[in-house]
Amino acid sequence: MDYFLTEEQRLLQEIAYEVTREWIRPVRAQLDEAEEFPTRLLKILAKTDLFGVCVPEEYGGLGGGVFENCLVVEQLARGCVGVATSFAASGLGAYPILLFGSEELKKKYLPDIASGKRLAAFALTEPGAGSDVSAIRTRAVKSGDEYIITGTKQWITNGGEADVYSVFAITDPTKGPRGASCFVVEKGDPGFSFGKKEVKLGIRASATRELIFDECRIPRDRLIGREGMGFIIAMKTFDKSRPGIGALGVGLAQEALDIAAEYARKRVQFGKSIISFQAIQHKLADMATKVEAARALVYSVARYLDAEPKDASKYAAMSKIFASDVAVEVALEAVQILGGYGYMRDYPVEKLLRDAKILQIYEGTNEIQRNIIGQELNKEYGKKKETIL
Amino acid sequence: MHIVVCLKQVPESQNVRIDPKTNTLIRQGVASVLNPFDYFALEAALTIKDERLDTKVTAITMGPPQAKEVLMDALSRGADDAILISHRAFAGADTWATSFTLAAAIRRLEPVDLIVCGKQAIDGDTAQVGPELATILNRPYATYVKSFEFVDDSHLKITRQTDEGVAVWRLPLPALVTVLKDVGEPRPRSYRATLRARRYEIPVWGPEELGVDEDSVGLKGSYTQVVRIFSPERKKDRIMLRGSVEEMVDELYYWLKEQRVPGL
Ligand SMILES: Cc1cc2nc3c(=O)[nH]c(=O)nc-3n(C[C@H](O)[C@H](O)[C@H](O)COP(=O)(O)OP(=O)(O)OC[C@H]3O[C@@H](n4cnc5c(N)ncnc54)[C@H](O)[C@@H]3O)c2cc1C
Ligand SMILES: Cc1cc2nc3c(=O)[nH]c(=O)nc-3n(C[C@H](O)[C@H](O)[C@H](O)COP(=O)(O)OP(=O)(O)OC[C@H]3O[C@@H](n4cnc5c(N)ncnc54)[C@H](O)[C@@H]3O)c2cc1C
Repeated sequence: MDYFLTEEQRLLQEIAYEVTREWIRPVRAQLDEAEEFPTRLLKILAKTDLFGVCVPEEYGGLGGGVFENCLVVEQLARGCVGVATSFAASGLGAYPILLFGSEELKKKYLPDIASGKRLAAFALTEPGAGSDVSAIRTRAVKSGDEYIITGTKQWITNGGEADVYSVFAITDPTKGPRGASCFVVEKGDPGFSFGKKEVKLGIRASATRELIFDECRIPRDRLIGREGMGFIIAMKTFDKSRPGIGALGVGLAQEALDIAAEYARKRVQFGKSIISFQAIQHKLADMATKVEAARALVYSVARYLDAEPKDASKYAAMSKIFASDVAVEVALEAVQILGGYGYMRDYPVEKLLRDAKILQIYEGTNEIQRNIIGQELNKEYGKKKETIL
Repeated sequence: MHIVVCLKQVPESQNVRIDPKTNTLIRQGVASVLNPFDYFALEAALTIKDERLDTKVTAITMGPPQAKEVLMDALSRGADDAILISHRAFAGADTWATSFTLAAAIRRLEPVDLIVCGKQAIDGDTAQVGPELATILNRPYATYVKSFEFVDDSHLKITRQTDEGVAVWRLPLPALVTVLKDVGEPRPRSYRATLRARRYEIPVWGPEELGVDEDSVGLKGSYTQVVRIFSPERKKDRIMLRGSVEEMVDELYYWLKEQRVPGL
């Protein structure tokens, strides 16, 4: 469907898809099998300028918004969600600096992240704090001109590979959720090291790793925003990034549909190509409808969020849930259409299914997204003057 | 630093067929692409630009109007400027006439510190244009370059792949190199460069702009002419030996014996 993109937006799509076609697709099975971080592919991506897609031009980026980011990651996800996640996580890591960082922090970090010279990461989750981010225990204590950070972060995408980390830590344990803050920590800072590397079901090309802060000392000016703003920064970041997860889902589902339709036309059983069976046609019809519905929602939400609305969280959550659920459903049907071949590693759809699952879990599980939407609805309807009953 | 990259547009297919009646290439229905080796020439130039920010890369090609596409491609990957050398008078050029014309264009682009060519073109396949161009311009050159680095602002240290092995040379600039695919993986298009390329007007230079006589270029300026082109007949009498050395020797022995080679 034509979404009436501008010339610039179409070019972003074209270039991202070129990377998928020429570079990602040929190696995705290999990267998955070897659980290999896509260093070479990220270097290629750095040369396209796409790492800077939502960084303002004054900091070396392309000046796009949530929508432009979605267009790019969707095309990369057609290649490999493991690679696309590594790419997108750098943007996630940059958002706290971009949205709340001081002019000095922005000048210091954003140009290198935008050019892809340095990779970023976002570190919130801990062993005891997943959905309940308020349970984080990592501490940051001010000492003279420094903060001293102690604690462990878990399952951090780009962990060990990234150079710049947005790290959330408690600065005032007496203040509850208002006691958290966000800091920039660099690879190589004293007391900062990497622990366990996870072995995963899917997105195996991406690195998911433990971060260990053992009295890690950082200069005071690495605080993003003010003390106590940690969770606001995290939530505002998610409002910007969640449609991107939806876009990953759209790209993955599109790839599953493309492969399934192509296969169904070629595979002959009972003397006919299997696409001539109505059961297969109906599956493809449902898949195509879901992909288009997911894309339409993700695009409209992304465009809406770029207008900086007040009710961003609800819509960001909707786009994430819907498109990630579609990704899982469509990938599952693709495996079914390919039958036994679909179950084998020789064909790319079993990987799509394994990769799709993460989209329902990270950046806030889909249950948490539904909580966000539900709580918002409760508030909205509570305020409504006009009633029907 | 000013680098000129020479790009050639070639038919896409690796096995272009030859019309047996006219002895010319059948170009109909075959798309044109950038000569694969020239991607590496461009990459070599852009790698230098990555490191030396004051570098300007100019891409040139001699060819019909549609050769503009390879220049657009070069601009989209990061070349700063592009020039299309195109005119009816240039048609039918042999390698000398091609090099002569490219040399005239490069003289107009001076000062040029480095000229980069591909190892060879996959259609003409002569690998002559690079060395000829350097000779006409009276510059040192190195062919089959697999890697290079700057010793100082006016010297390159280059590594050449030869049949005998590897040679390391110090090359004074201005110079010309023809490169192998080892120089680096060709980069993708970049967003900014592509947007710029779309708005870039590629100048077209003919004999007048180059200041050359029409009789000295194209078919008229060519010393050689293609009399006949043909696909060599396939030799069918090949056998492939497999297995351990002992097994292969055995097999070869019996095969030679079957052929009634005297003495076996
Ligand atoms: C591959 C991967 C990469 C990741 N990358 C990052 C990263 O870069 N940075 C980062 O900070 N984190 C990252 N995470 C962490 C991720 O965001 C968390 O896994 C996620 O937020 C869920 O937390 P949890 O796994 O602890 O699940 P839990 O919170 O323990 O949840 C378990 C189950 O309970 C449900 N549940 C929990 N609370 C509620 C509730 N109130 N109502 C209804 N259901 C509920 C959940 O939906 C889930 O189904 C990553 C995780 C993975 C797997
Ligand atoms: C099948 C065939 C046979 C030919 N036989 C002969 C012959 O026997 N004798 C003869 O003199 N000519 C011959 N030509 C014609 C013509 O001379 C060459 O195609 C042309 O001059 C370039 O030579 P090449 O293709 O061998 O390029 P090469 O010398 O192999 O190319 C080396 C590099 O030079 C540069 N380069 C080459 N051509 C251009 C260009 N037009 N614009 C910019 N850069 C360029 C590129 O960097 C390229 O990688 C033949 C052409 C064809 C297609």
